[in-house]
Amino acid sequence: MRPFAYVKPTDVEAAVRAAATEPGAKYLGGGTNLVDLMREGIERPDTVVDVTGLPLDTVEELPGGGLRIGALVRNSVLAADGRVRARYPVLSQALLAGASAQLRNMATVGGNLLQRTRCPYFYDGASACNKREPGSGCDAIDGFNRGHAILGVSESCIATHPSDMAVALAALDAVVEVRGVNGPRRIPLTDFHRLPGHTPEIETELGPGDLVTAVELPPLTAASRYRKVRDRASYAFALVSVAAALRVQDGTVAEVRLALGGVATKPWRAREAERILLGGPADEAAFRHAAEVELAAASVRPGNAFKAGLAVATITATLRELTSTGGTAR
Amino acid sequence: MTEIRMKVNGSVESLDVEPWVSLLDALRERLGLTGPKKGCDQGACGACTVLADGMRINSCLALAVQYDGREITTIEGVAHPLQEAFVRHDGFQCGYCTSGQICSAIGMLAEHAAGMPSAVTGSGELSEAEVRERMSGNLCRCGAYNGIVDAIMDVAGKDPR
Repeated sequence: MRPFAYVKPTDVEAAVRAAATEPGAKYLGGGTNLVDLMREGIERPDTVVDVTGLPLDTVEELPGGGLRIGALVRNSVLAADGRVRARYPVLSQALLAGASAQLRNMATVGGNLLQRTRCPYFYDGASACNKREPGSGCDAIDGFNRGHAILGVSESCIATHPSDMAVALAALDAVVEVRGVNGPRRIPLTDFHRLPGHTPEIETELGPGDLVTAVELPPLTAASRYRKVRDRASYAFALVSVAAALRVQDGTVAEVRLALGGVATKPWRAREAERILLGGPADEAAFRHAAEVELAAASVRPGNAFKAGLAVATITATLRELTSTGGTAR
Repeated sequence: MTEIRMKVNGSVESLDVEPWVSLLDALRERLGLTGPKKGCDQGACGACTVLADGMRINSCLALAVQYDGREITTIEGVAHPLQEAFVRHDGFQCGYCTSGQICSAIGMLAEHAAGMPSAVTGSGELSEAEVRERMSGNLCRCGAYNGIVDAIMDVAGKDPR
């Protein structure tokens, strides 16, 4: 691994200062992605700012019934939190669908949001990749692209965002708390990640020194669920995943939130499908129609064309499942 | 160089390490604890699994400096009924993944006892499906999974300590 300087500040301001003043600095949380990327020579920080000593590892109640999740809460701890399991089952399920138990014990909430794509061409230094080496091209577009994105893609990049947790957070209208050199600010999760466009190397709204300090969840009254489809029964990235919340009143959709993983370049809030579903009948034909409209925007390659149909089927099944539990079950 | 102190298998160890040295390399190369194995070195196989304050982690993705002041248990520090159960149930062939499997299983049983959920269910007795899901971070390329699951099921619920 390329040598780097290592600092471990104990307060947030010192961490932000350290990262902002060193041009090649990276924050280190659980290490499950960054250490791997540094070993592969893809991330090459001159300074690593270890943030695991910062007091950001608690889950707190917010006035009004929401939760504030510290950026350093470990994925396994958050998945097991009784409040999350009772009030946001979609989030607990998404966390438990991701990675392995060992990795969840290490990985932090902030790090999970900032993990980078597992596109094999991004990892392979001999391949062209606009995300790793801007301007070098994209070997995935005409290459082996079975796992790649069909929504939010560009001519520069079709890499998927790999997170399960972030898909649930997108559905939940989560807000990311960020601390930067100019103080704190809040970014809706759905605006936090950027579409690749012509600059796939820029993945989030964070600037130099910006540190994710927490994620806020507004209260949720609808039933919710996470469903993940993958090549193995466990410990694999999603081909398609669906985070959904649904409340049905008198056979009509009174509230719906829908987000997709595994098919898009960022955690994908399916707003078009939501718009069609809201106020309409809560039946399978309506679910399927809304899913098809959302996926009509898909831009597929030969290797990943199957994902559009798989996404429609998975959205439909997830919403049907929520309906069959009465739209109120947790 | 950064000086770190860890309690490893019960004894306090002081080490000077560069910040880019993984916990796995520190254990293997500096402390001579070659039980944790370097399988993939990228967090995909689980052969490097150790316990940090009783919690299972992939030591290949851990920087040693991050574990300053922590208590690490490798297979060399384990005396657990799982070890005999793995022998009894043929829970391995080549043995390369076994130290990681056993450390992982110890952590898994503690997680289950503490009520931590899994993608399969969440509570109650450990079913075979639960064991397979909760142990999915440990690959066995010989394919000894049936024996591994049997060994864990044999020990689960029998007060492993």
